Amino acid sequence: MAIVETKQIKKVFSDHTAVDGVDLATREGEFLVLLGPSGCGKTTLLRMIAGLEKQTSGDIVIAGQVVNDLPPRERKIAMVFQSYALYPHLTVAKNIAFPLKAAKAPADQIEGRVQKAASMFGIERLLHRKPRQLSGGERQRVALARAMVREPSVFLLDEPLSNLDAKLRTAARDELQHFQRRLGTTTIYVTHDQVEAMGLGHRIAVMNKGKVRQLGPPQEVYNEPADTFVAGFLGSPPMNFFERNGAVVGFRPEQILPKGAYSTQEQLVHVWFRVDRVENLGADRLLYGVLRDLAPDVKMIINLPFTVHLPVTEGQAYEFSIKQKDLKFFDKESGLRVASRPL
Amino acid sequence: MRVADDEKALAKILIAPALLYIGAVIGIPFLLSLWFSVSDVTVSSSAGHFVGLENFRSALDDPSFRRALRNTFLFAILSQVIVIFLATILAVSLQKDFRGKWIVRLLILLPWVAPVSLGSIGWLWILDSIYSVINYGLYHWLHLCGPLPGMTPCPVWLGQPSLAMASVIGVQVWRTLPLATVINLGGLSSIPQDIHDAAAIDGAGFFRTLFQITIPLVLPILLVAVLFGFVFAFTDMIVVWVLTRGGPYDMTQVLASLAFFKGIDGGDLAGASAIALFLFPVLAAAAILLLRLARRAEVV
Repeated sequence: MAIVETKQIKKVFSDHTAVDGVDLATREGEFLVLLGPSGCGKTTLLRMIAGLEKQTSGDIVIAGQVVNDLPPRERKIAMVFQSYALYPHLTVAKNIAFPLKAAKAPADQIEGRVQKAASMFGIERLLHRKPRQLSGGERQRVALARAMVREPSVFLLDEPLSNLDAKLRTAARDELQHFQRRLGTTTIYVTHDQVEAMGLGHRIAVMNKGKVRQLGPPQEVYNEPADTFVAGFLGSPPMNFFERNGAVVGFRPEQILPKGAYSTQEQLVHVWFRVDRVENLGADRLLYGVLRDLAPDVKMIINLPFTVHLPVTEGQAYEFSIKQKDLKFFDKESGLRVASRPL
Repeated sequence: MRVADDEKALAKILIAPALLYIGAVIGIPFLLSLWFSVSDVTVSSSAGHFVGLENFRSALDDPSFRRALRNTFLFAILSQVIVIFLATILAVSLQKDFRGKWIVRLLILLPWVAPVSLGSIGWLWILDSIYSVINYGLYHWLHLCGPLPGMTPCPVWLGQPSLAMASVIGVQVWRTLPLATVINLGGLSSIPQDIHDAAAIDGAGFFRTLFQITIPLVLPILLVAVLFGFVFAFTDMIVVWVLTRGGPYDMTQVLASLAFFKGIDGGDLAGASAIALFLFPVLAAAAILLLRLARRAEVV
């Protein structure tokens, strides 16, 4: 177990800045997710923590020790790669044993520890196989077993679920969280998938253009976005934005309901929404259209759960309600969050 | 129907030139030499008689043939062992980025793109008994040998049997190293960076990564390079021919050069054919092995 800190970490490649002065600190045993679009610098940041990439400036501290000049093997970390990076010529057992042999673990312990790691991920019967004889899900488990067999103090995971099909991914997400909580090892997890981030992380660091835009627990990042980037990146469909009185106003597609559907004492704002198109997704209905009076030129999406029985005709306008507190206001220039105000 | 639409006809038309070429340049001479090797044909009497395995028997009785056979194996095996070793070092180094990398690459590839005869003639001068630059260096800079009284005489590179063989092997290494390095480099760059990263994270140092990850992964490709090198070394005579003509006293003669001297210079077509075909079964086996390995390397 260890705390990982990055202090003003910067990585400049010849033509662009990949990571631009990131300050981050994990907590003991925490599952921290680095979330952002591709090219935002999250993988570069992870590789610098691993020691696979040398930072241009700044410090990396693991368990209180500055590790800037330590090679990966001396950082007590383990990493799972997007491709899993299993050694194709070695059996599963030898793949898992490789870090132990490299660490010169006593030969009589190696088999036992490999068995233990394998049983933890339910892959005992695969031990004699080669990686090419495994399915995607099995490879991922082998990669995880190889990562944890050495009992590292930090796990680094680089999009480990992105090569799995959608169904398997949900199951793997659940398992991954289960193992992390059980082992209690500090984990840094890179993903561009907000569902993974929301579901797995104790905290999420949302990154864009080499900077951390917001760091906080999933609910906080989702409900109280620090700027328009975070607000727009999280959530599917994304937050709706429109301009009003010199500010950018945003609300989430699922936080707007037909007038009267809210039975609450909270202050509500009523708006007219003209429906241009309806998409029926089974569990939800997506209404595409515009706020007829407030922003007739900005396309928006409303996400109605199937429990809301509003008969909708395309081309018609309906009155909807939003809680005043669900309206988020942002500065027009900087995109940063500003205090709420009446519409 | 047009020919271009008839795949079967098109296939025959397209493969025909290659078949004709191989048949004319390799097939007919090969069959001819099969016949020669069991006949008593000479340059002056082309109508030979069947003599059975007599040519092979008399070749085996000939001390210079036995020496050439031994030399061929020595030449092929030693040169390829050195080539594998150097090619691996070079390929691993060339994978890394460093200043002046392109110059190193160019220098390594140079022997490959230069005409063999030109390169070998260059070596002929480098190893010359009077004008050798190596000896010049040994005498003028290192003072290890020299023509003056009291000094050790400088080596006659191509005149002393063991030195001559070493020189021939050295030049063969120089010739085949680029191809082996390039093949090796291709194999190395086919290993994903993630694998190297994973090994670094897993705590493997340079040598553990090299011997347990890198080399096993390039092995199928490396073997192709090695087998190519072996087949070349077994059938090639140009280095021997340019440097020593098999001398001194047939000490550097290999089967290919011996067959040439015997058949073309000496006129004994039958005897030369027997010598040239002596290793054919071994080489055919090597070629089959090579093709199988190449196919396996594709799958991996």
